[in-house]
Amino acid sequence: MVGLEHFLILSAALFAIGMYGVFVKRNAIAILLCIELMLNAVNIALAGFSRYITPDALTGQIFAIFIMIVAAAEAAIGLAIIIAIFRHRGSIDPEKINLLKW
Amino acid sequence: MVFSIGFYLLAIVVIGAALAVVVMKDVFRAALAMVLCLVAVAGIYITLNADFLAGAQILVYVGAISILLILGIMLTREVQQGSPANKYKIPAFITAVAFFGIMCFAFLKTPWQESAAAVAEPTTATLAARLFAADGFILPVEITGVLILAAVIGAIVMAKEK
Repeated sequence: MVGLEHFLILSAALFAIGMYGVFVKRNAIAILLCIELMLNAVNIALAGFSRYITPDALTGQIFAIFIMIVAAAEAAIGLAIIIAIFRHRGSIDPEKINLLKW
Repeated sequence: MVFSIGFYLLAIVVIGAALAVVVMKDVFRAALAMVLCLVAVAGIYITLNADFLAGAQILVYVGAISILLILGIMLTREVQQGSPANKYKIPAFITAVAFFGIMCFAFLKTPWQESAAAVAEPTTATLAARLFAADGFILPVEITGVLILAAVIGAIVMAKEK
């Protein structure tokens, strides 16, 4: 029978895959895709908690809705930053974006 | 039984599509794999009796965010380069697997206090009551409006031609 642990482990697996992608990708938009995967993993965990631990209050689902809103804002801002960087430097490889490195 | 089969099918699609996002060299195909993953996550929400969340997932993630990201890929695509992996492949893999192991250990060892209360269904009325009630989440909802306004203005200012 599928229980809370199944959803939590699915969430952890999705988060770990997204984390690997964020570490490894050399394209800023691919990193943004992997961040969306990680946010979705957190949402699965919150919806699972909401279903199995507070099924009548739905607090976890409300948190998941707020995470969705923040993810939308983050995607818009992230894309604007990436497009601005692309226009200035002609590349969106995070290793070549080194103005603030020393 | 049907519930278990549905969950495992959706979980396989979620994990497979997520792996495709990470493995694929072509960023555009990775974005399409991410759309598949997001649709499957909406299915996972349905198995969790979160009907409003599933609808919002389709509307916000599949409808808006993925289109925005695909538009960004079209505006900045470096066709030949794709998205190759950097030199931290092995350390990143070890970190991700270690993280997964620790999380599984924590999830399986924690004695979750599962509630036997009836599931609120459909969830939309309960969610609205919780979000907009005076003793609920009305202040975060208002702050969210300010956040979205700031994000929209910031995105326009940053992406504008100088």
